[in-house]
Amino acid sequence: MTSKKPSNEKPVGVIGAGNFGSAVSNLLAVHRNVLLYARDEKTIDRILNKRENRGHRMKKNITPVNDLALLARECDIIFPIVPSAHFRSMMRKLSPHLHPYHILIHGTKGFDISLPKGQSLETIHRLNRQQVKTMSEVIREESVVVRVGCLAGPNLSKELAAKHPAATVVASHFNEVISIGKRLLRNDRFQVYGNNDLVGVELAGVLKNIIAIASGALTGMGYGENARGLLISRGIVEMIYLGRALGGNTKAFLGLAGVGDLVTTCSSALSRNFQVGYRLAQGQTLTQILESMDEVAEGVNTVRIARKCADYYGVRAPITTTLYKVLFEDLTVKQALQYLMRYPLNVDIDFID
Amino acid sequence: MPPVEVLEKKNKNKKYKPILDGIPDWPVYRLSRNRKEFIEEVAHKAYERILQLRPQRKQLLDELQTTVYREQQRMKRNRWRVDPRDEPRFWASVKEQINILSARSDDDSGAEKELLKQIVYRYANEIAGNFKPSSYKLAREITTFWFNRLLNAARVKKFGAIFRSQYTLRDKIQIVGKVKMLRRLARRGTIVMVPTHFSNLDSVLIGWVIHALGLPAFIYGAGLNLFNIKIFAYFMNSLGAYKVDRRKKNLPYLETLKTYSTLAIQKGAHSLFFPGGTRSRSGAIEKSLKLGLLSSCIEAQRNLYLEAEPGTEPRKIFVVPVTLNYHFVLEAPDLIEDYLSVKGQDRYLPEQDKYGSFQLIRFLIKFFSKGSDISVSIGRALDVMGNYVDDDGNSLDLQGRPIHTRDYFVSNGQITIDKQREDEYTRMLGQRIVAEYHRINRVFASHLVAFVAFELWQKKHPKLDLFGLLKLPEEDLVLEYAEFRKACKRVRKHIYRLKEEGKINHATHLKGKIDLVIRHGMENVGIFHLKRPLLFNKDGNIITQDLSLLFYYHNRLTGYDLEKTI
Repeated sequence: MTSKKPSNEKPVGVIGAGNFGSAVSNLLAVHRNVLLYARDEKTIDRILNKRENRGHRMKKNITPVNDLALLARECDIIFPIVPSAHFRSMMRKLSPHLHPYHILIHGTKGFDISLPKGQSLETIHRLNRQQVKTMSEVIREESVVVRVGCLAGPNLSKELAAKHPAATVVASHFNEVISIGKRLLRNDRFQVYGNNDLVGVELAGVLKNIIAIASGALTGMGYGENARGLLISRGIVEMIYLGRALGGNTKAFLGLAGVGDLVTTCSSALSRNFQVGYRLAQGQTLTQILESMDEVAEGVNTVRIARKCADYYGVRAPITTTLYKVLFEDLTVKQALQYLMRYPLNVDIDFID
Repeated sequence: MPPVEVLEKKNKNKKYKPILDGIPDWPVYRLSRNRKEFIEEVAHKAYERILQLRPQRKQLLDELQTTVYREQQRMKRNRWRVDPRDEPRFWASVKEQINILSARSDDDSGAEKELLKQIVYRYANEIAGNFKPSSYKLAREITTFWFNRLLNAARVKKFGAIFRSQYTLRDKIQIVGKVKMLRRLARRGTIVMVPTHFSNLDSVLIGWVIHALGLPAFIYGAGLNLFNIKIFAYFMNSLGAYKVDRRKKNLPYLETLKTYSTLAIQKGAHSLFFPGGTRSRSGAIEKSLKLGLLSSCIEAQRNLYLEAEPGTEPRKIFVVPVTLNYHFVLEAPDLIEDYLSVKGQDRYLPEQDKYGSFQLIRFLIKFFSKGSDISVSIGRALDVMGNYVDDDGNSLDLQGRPIHTRDYFVSNGQITIDKQREDEYTRMLGQRIVAEYHRINRVFASHLVAFVAFELWQKKHPKLDLFGLLKLPEEDLVLEYAEFRKACKRVRKHIYRLKEEGKINHATHLKGKIDLVIRHGMENVGIFHLKRPLLFNKDGNIITQDLSLLFYYHNRLTGYDLEKTI
């Protein structure tokens, strides 16, 4: 099982041929044959014929497929990596083919929401934990699979493709899932850590996108590293407060999936969320930005959801709230910054006793 | 004020035929007939497990040393009537041998393993139950006979009525829920019944229920403290109870205990245990369960799959949650006192049993002579992973599709033993059982009035925390009847809604005119306590004689977010 060559064992499944899905497929293909599910026939053709997808050179032992039943039949271990907005509907299609022996490790950094009838994300004022779910919770609700895990950490797809050194966290309540994740993903350029706080790690991965947008905005305004240092350190505090209200532990936020991912996305123009903030600061509108993007920036919806959760649970989240006003009301980035700089200060660190 | 008869739906409880004809067919009997072999198997398996956990000589010696130390501490501090007389001698000799062995570091005779074997064998013998058909029958006859006599004497209120048979226990104790399913599944697989635990009487009650439903006797892990009370000891022994000693927390003991229950379940003995571990101190339905014994269901099921011949289906294990619903809990005053004194602190509570045989008999007489009914709700059966099963015992997912329980233990195409995985499964099963408890919990009028009254007083003193509130002098607390009535109506309405959503259940007497329901509740809540938790004063308003007790009965309805409707 530790062999470096693709073995004769059952292939591993990946669902979602986006940027990150492609990168993960390539990582997995070092150890095992991979079945990659894509919705779109053109994508399948492109991978089959050109061995290329979204700028990634796809390894030869990755087979693109269009059949979830086949994927579930062939693979015991599946990595669903689809945008959070489609995650539940994908799970509903996949679920009839799943059994309790399946292991699912997802790589989606966003929330799922279920709203009362007649309500939409625009009209509802507050959201509680019954309505906001992480992807692992969606998997548990929609299928019989219990051995669930998630991938999180600073994993910019383009850098992974270029084989720069990097690391990820596999979080699960099950050591079995963590060790499978390690075995399947690890190589000499890619380190894998384990964490048992599944929800904490998921929340860290999701919430950091808020701060990434803010960081893009700061850069777009032309500000430098002092400003970013300020943002990152206050940002992590805000993430921890929100995260705790939603059921995570502080620890997960201090690791690779929290601080690690936060520092990366806040400093990188490669991040889609960063891009959103950057272009906002340059004066573009949200609609313009979203229209021109080929993949979802999860952070935009996360801001919307996190703000409403903060209201429900009475958590102070100045960055999220202000960013919400910039994205969905008509506050400018400049006004937002002025507001934040005048925000009454708290103690620096008060989340560690 | 004369007591009001609140309409209770005509009791449908009928007599059930036994599902197995003769006692010799009962799994528990088969187990006890081979008692000696069974104990040896338990001891042997436990011994091997402990060796796996402590593979090196040094580790094992350390473990044994800890064990001796703890046992000697226990004997010094907390000795019970049931403890065997030769205990001090046994442990003294173990200690001596350990000292000799520790001194000889190059010893490889394996003498420490021999020592472990002795300890484990001793524990297995201590734990093992002793089911005897003759005394089982006798105990059953005695209980049924005397319960019925008492009941008739009390209800008909004439001296001669003691010889009548107009009422039977079935009129007094309502059994509701998935009875048919339970009887059916008990023939197809192994039942593990997991009731809520409020009172020491629970075990007697459940024993009667099992018999009344025509089920064979269950084996059952009873707290050793109960064996201090002679009348209980007699019943327990005859019902096939094995003994759980909560003072012993050492590894060899815990492993032996777990092996005992796992093997018994594996061999098809229907089992009963209270997963809350101990009686609910606060009066609330258990929120977290003791996972030790629960894990034996999962382990037993895994072993059954592991040992099954390829292509055959082994016996399936079904977990059946049960809630017991009372108007009155005998020990409530002491339980709540315990709860309040340790709230916020995590220290060990010695079991205290102030209620000897005499008090219990007195309680039973009271119980039969007054209108305090008990109901037992049988939940829908679950597989060991907490999935619902259908009437044939097939596990179903939320969409009603069949699931193969075996698949939970499969990794890479094969059944594997993964302790950490099973620990996690146990935790999940625990959560499922707790959720089921809340679902099948049957709300009585007395629970409703206690909940509403306490919450209203709490609301009137928003600045006081629990302890501040409980310190208020009872004389100062009066609730206007009109206000109380309104709040009861609101909460009841919410309970109806929750019932429609399948989140709670209620007794039929909860329906109907709210004034009658309130009166019924007030008359029954904590009915036999010296200080009543709720009373009407002469103006018809609500007062209490003991706020802590009221808090206890109120807690029964926490966990449903009903507070918001107050």
